[in-house]
Amino acid sequence: MSTTEKPLSPHGIPAAQETPPADIHAHKSMFQLAIGQLMEHRMAVVSLVVICFFVLVALGANLIANSLGIDPEAQDILNRYGPWSAEHWLGTDEVGRDVFVRLIFGTRISLMVAFVVAIASTMIGIAVGALAGYYGGVVDMLLMRLTDSLLALPTIPILIIVASIDPARVPFLDTVSAENVSIVKMIFVLMIFSWMVQARLVRGEVLAIKEQEYVLAAKTSGMNGMQIILKELIPNVITPVIVSVTLGIGSSILFEAALSFLGLGIQPPTPSWGNMLNNAQEIVYSAPLLAVIPGLLILIITMSFNFLGDGLQDALDPKAIRR
Amino acid sequence: MAAFIARRLIQTVILILLLSFASYWMMGLMPGDPLDVACQANPHCTPENLEQMKKNLGLDQPIHVRYFQWLGDLMRGDLGYSRTYRLPVTEILGPRLVNTLYLSGISLLLSLIIAIPLGVYTSLRQNSKIDYTLNMFAFAGISVPSFWLALMLIITFAVKLNWLPASGTETIGGDGMMNSFEIALDRIRYLILPVTTLSLLTIASWVRYTRAKMLETMRNDYIRTARAKGLSESRVIYRHGLRNALIPVVTVVALGFSGLFSGAVITETVFAYQGAGKLIFDSIFANDYNVAMCSFIVTSLCVMLMNLVADVLYAYLDPRISYH
Repeated sequence: MSTTEKPLSPHGIPAAQETPPADIHAHKSMFQLAIGQLMEHRMAVVSLVVICFFVLVALGANLIANSLGIDPEAQDILNRYGPWSAEHWLGTDEVGRDVFVRLIFGTRISLMVAFVVAIASTMIGIAVGALAGYYGGVVDMLLMRLTDSLLALPTIPILIIVASIDPARVPFLDTVSAENVSIVKMIFVLMIFSWMVQARLVRGEVLAIKEQEYVLAAKTSGMNGMQIILKELIPNVITPVIVSVTLGIGSSILFEAALSFLGLGIQPPTPSWGNMLNNAQEIVYSAPLLAVIPGLLILIITMSFNFLGDGLQDALDPKAIRR
Repeated sequence: MAAFIARRLIQTVILILLLSFASYWMMGLMPGDPLDVACQANPHCTPENLEQMKKNLGLDQPIHVRYFQWLGDLMRGDLGYSRTYRLPVTEILGPRLVNTLYLSGISLLLSLIIAIPLGVYTSLRQNSKIDYTLNMFAFAGISVPSFWLALMLIITFAVKLNWLPASGTETIGGDGMMNSFEIALDRIRYLILPVTTLSLLTIASWVRYTRAKMLETMRNDYIRTARAKGLSESRVIYRHGLRNALIPVVTVVALGFSGLFSGAVITETVFAYQGAGKLIFDSIFANDYNVAMCSFIVTSLCVMLMNLVADVLYAYLDPRISYH
């Protein structure tokens, strides 16, 4: 603007400047800034590539198995602990199943369980956190007592107890087909015990922003509590939640693997990375390599999610942005 | 302060009661009924016998009646008998708890000694090569499945190198010819791999946490003030920086102890280490409900009390935190 005269508001007070002050980043949106930041985090970028690769493998599991002509559940008792060969790339396991194809299907199961658990538990966490933070009072007290109580429980022992329940004795689960029941049960068990961190996070954020002017503006314009939560609060807390979903996927993979390893998670013949290690203790002497590979994959994918979460945290935190 | 602790203790008691009821109920939902199994094994057992047996044992009562009976017995100090070991639960649980305490206690100490200096060191050399390397290891440590790490240690040190025993708590049948020093040495040999597994995981997360807290603290204005006053760099770092950074670390350490206690379940199971965690796992699989309930409740109680200690310590160390 070349003129020194500032536009005046009806009350004679200079109105706020319409255009932001000239800034070298003025043309960049918050999203672009975040992407730029993320790209600087080298491990996060590598991790993102690794994750995309595993997701593609999981999605194309059937395609890969068909092109190799191998059924992941086909047993071949005469070819137990077979060596690496052109036919069985990573050899065969204790009942002669192809390890490579089972790993690919295991990728699908393990990733699916982790994604579903992370997303579902985040939804629960957002709902609980937003309700508690916005309404306060008795609602807050009850919901936060529940959250704190669940957080205080020893995770692994309680997961073991809940996971040992016979699905046939639970009203809803007895309708699921026998083939998938262990997967559904695993998702439920992990979901019940992984929403609390998100709930606390969201509640804290909501407490901080519910006093802001735009929430007041929404109130005076006649929006009710539910509308404010859905339209004003949740969109504004989504950033920190993204980080915790990413880290949540990593820990869900670890918990699923641990429970399946103990024989309480995904049930064979359906392969998962955890249950492929189920009999690893017996084979450490005879076929140690069988015990190495599934765990290595768990390590790589969990590490990738942790690195990505770390990178996202830096990228999405406005205070950490280097200008 | 006293009121705060009292309120939290009452909460813990209520939570334990709710938890015990929930787990009592869930034990009933587990596959396999000891009486059904016993009846199937005996060809003379008719369905009428089975019903009579259930009636005699009070198993035909609704779940809450049975729970309060169990709770009453527990209050009188009667923890019941183990089905598999044919011993009172107290006799089984006691030594197991001691074993778990050894395992988690040693891991805790080892992690403390290693993690905090490493965390401080990496924070002082931020973005150096050693910082990056240790950061990679820390990320690997928080991402590795504990049971798999245990398996890898077994494959390396027990199977390939044959230096250490693969599993167990002590050499069986060796008591007679060993003096107490040899017994202790024997126990230590069996503890090395489980302790390493548990410690590596804890160290990884504590190094990251200490480093982050240290970096955060060193950005405070009072650090700048301390420097401006002309204090020596070491005094700024250790007196003004570290002391403040350690406040949240103390909480994490107290929480870490409860984490070690519950994480020990998997480690104990992989190493067949006779601790309380393995007892929970084994008794659930063996339908040994008395043992499963008691070991689970006692473990949970330990974990919750450690959480309480963490909260109290935090409030005590940081005057900015109020007890309300």
